[in-house]
Amino acid sequence: MTLYILKRLAIGIVTIWFIATATFIAMHLVPGNPLANEKATTEVIRANLERRYGLDKPVTEQYIIYMGNMLRGDFGIAFSEENRSVNDIIREHFPVSATLGVLALLFATLGGVLWGALTAIYRNRWPDYVIMFFVILGISVPSFVFAALSQWLILNLNQVTGSSILPVAGWGNFRYMLVPALVLGMSTMAYLTRMMRSSMLEVSNTDYIRTARAKGLSTTRIFIFHQLRNAILPVITVLGPAIAIITTGGFVVESVFAIPGLGRYFVQAVAQLDYTVIMGTTVFFGAFLVLMVILVDILYSFIDPRIRLQAEQ
Amino acid sequence: MNKAFAPALADFAPAPARQKMDTISRPSLSYWQDAWQRLKINKRALVSLYLVLGLLIFTLLGPILWNYDPALQDLDSISQAPSFSTTALFVDDPGIWEGVLLQESSTLPPVTGQSAVLGATRLNIEGTATTQYVRLSWEPVEGGAYYLVYRNDHQPESAEDLGLPLGQTLTARELSFEDRLQLQPQTYYYTIIASGGLREASDFATEAVELERAITVSQALERNLPATPGTRVELSAHPFGTDYLGRDLLARTMMGAQVSLFIGIAAPFIFVLLGVIYGGVSGYFGGKIDLLMMRFAEFVIALPFLLFMILFRIGFGIGPGESGIFPMLVALVLLSWPNVARIVRGQVLQLREEAFVQAARLLGANPAYLIFRHMIPNTMGLILVTLTFAIPMAIFTEAFLSFIGMGVAPPTPSWGSMSNEGIRSMLSTPHELLFPAFFISVTVLAFNLLGDGLRDALDSRMRSRE
Repeated sequence: MTLYILKRLAIGIVTIWFIATATFIAMHLVPGNPLANEKATTEVIRANLERRYGLDKPVTEQYIIYMGNMLRGDFGIAFSEENRSVNDIIREHFPVSATLGVLALLFATLGGVLWGALTAIYRNRWPDYVIMFFVILGISVPSFVFAALSQWLILNLNQVTGSSILPVAGWGNFRYMLVPALVLGMSTMAYLTRMMRSSMLEVSNTDYIRTARAKGLSTTRIFIFHQLRNAILPVITVLGPAIAIITTGGFVVESVFAIPGLGRYFVQAVAQLDYTVIMGTTVFFGAFLVLMVILVDILYSFIDPRIRLQAEQ
Repeated sequence: MNKAFAPALADFAPAPARQKMDTISRPSLSYWQDAWQRLKINKRALVSLYLVLGLLIFTLLGPILWNYDPALQDLDSISQAPSFSTTALFVDDPGIWEGVLLQESSTLPPVTGQSAVLGATRLNIEGTATTQYVRLSWEPVEGGAYYLVYRNDHQPESAEDLGLPLGQTLTARELSFEDRLQLQPQTYYYTIIASGGLREASDFATEAVELERAITVSQALERNLPATPGTRVELSAHPFGTDYLGRDLLARTMMGAQVSLFIGIAAPFIFVLLGVIYGGVSGYFGGKIDLLMMRFAEFVIALPFLLFMILFRIGFGIGPGESGIFPMLVALVLLSWPNVARIVRGQVLQLREEAFVQAARLLGANPAYLIFRHMIPNTMGLILVTLTFAIPMAIFTEAFLSFIGMGVAPPTPSWGSMSNEGIRSMLSTPHELLFPAFFISVTVLAFNLLGDGLRDALDSRMRSRE
């Protein structure tokens, strides 16, 4: 077990290092320059600015300095905003993205398990057809369309009822989070529903369910303690990738709903070619995702020992 | 004893020949024929197959049939709703309208008191009502100090439902109003209300006015149209409407389909091929090579996909607001092959141990024969299914990246970038978002359902339990 965790962590660290290096190289291949704006009017000012941000040093030295700083958890200073460190930006904007993401993940898993179980129970009857229709819709319609559509719906709803229970955009208390989180979790929910459905149907054909039924256990008991528990297992495996999808999906939802999250900030930083912010957020996002996937995998190996054995072989 | 049994030759007749007793009554089907039959039974898969074919025709033949420049801007027809035939009337340049003024000599109806203001009497339309201008005039109203003009797109039901307040006259002598505010060729309901100064009249007169699309002579000359006032001309129809620059949305949707489907189909083809080769080699040779190759594949899988798509774009030196179809393709290929490689490797590892492969090897088959005769045909179904599922993924990625402005940038249309442009005016002109979004959804849906059908038809082991 320890070996398994160590191995996963080692791959994870290499991945994060590679992400950081690739980001660094990509940044330096860009023909544009973050200082190529109205700030650097004369050569002297330009040289001074370059010295300040360490851009006058050779690339290898910059790389070493950057890596060293990153190991200490320091991502540098933002170019676009005077005297604002990238750490500050992440500290300010990441909690917003994380709150949204956690809520979306919650919706997606709860919804996915619930709908998936329902479709399996009512297999080939109308609840199954209705839910599966929406699942197909959820898989096929891009999230920005859902976002736009939900905004339009909220607007009309607010007009009809004459109230503003659900705000159209912005960030604040739970009322602001509800719809964006639903939109963000939508496609993941659809995938999980599909997965849960086939996994439930698979489990219902197993011997131990037949045995339980033969023992005379009640349907509810079999459903909750035998079927559901086993069927949920494969759903947990995709939670890692689901976190990645939801985090990056936040780029769209955050821009459509004008939510001050890190995803929206990242998109803006790319548009402004803000070196340090792009590098900082990429490495941060990358590290976060890699760690999440590892965490989910380790969690899964605790829940289902068969996976652990497979990995150690 | 009975009569002795003495058979004669005549007692024997040749039995009816039961021909082909040993042949199978059904024709034997090859794997692909069998798969095709199974696919044909699956209605959903068949419908989605037709949808895919239809989309391809739309993309490839559409621009030939609908020969319209997708980049042509027409600022006179911005954000038009879908329409099939549009004729426009040539009218003289509107010039300045003096309006209808009550003569100084004639007496105004007396202002009798605020409570007794009557609603405006019937409205007159001066000249022809066109999208260039609508000129209204009305009879003076007893007690009116000035008049308010409203416009609505439906028959007002109450005094609160008069629609857009267009303006008001300055004095009671002005008995006309010229409306030139964003006129569309539709029916408007104009309402004039007389105001006694403090209070508006409680009743109102509404007149429905149907507008005809019109082009002034000077506008026509700019567009090189032969213009004679009073004649009509057939304008280019826009079945999908136009966008915020007056570009034809149908032409743009077709052009966007070319970009979206090119990335959506070319990228999966390349990375599936790459994955098949990588996975095939890894699985066939096994051992140390396999271990090393799979470690590398696992590592690539661990890279956060969308972040790297954006990084690739930056690495290629494509600034914000520039189009990057090629880098997007390369990035998709470089980041997506490992999943295919893993699937193919697993299949090849399994096949290696199969009896028929062992037998072929025992008979002295060389590796090339084994790979091309046994391994690849047996993984073909799996590869096809993977490819079908990879296409919607790639289309989604393109749309997503273009939507956040990291993919295809204006003026090149793609469904994602068109949605990005359309979402800004979603509330007033929803068709600009709806058409590209609809096409993305239908394409992804069709490929997903086709993938499901193919999986059921080609590989019984992976069959979805539905």
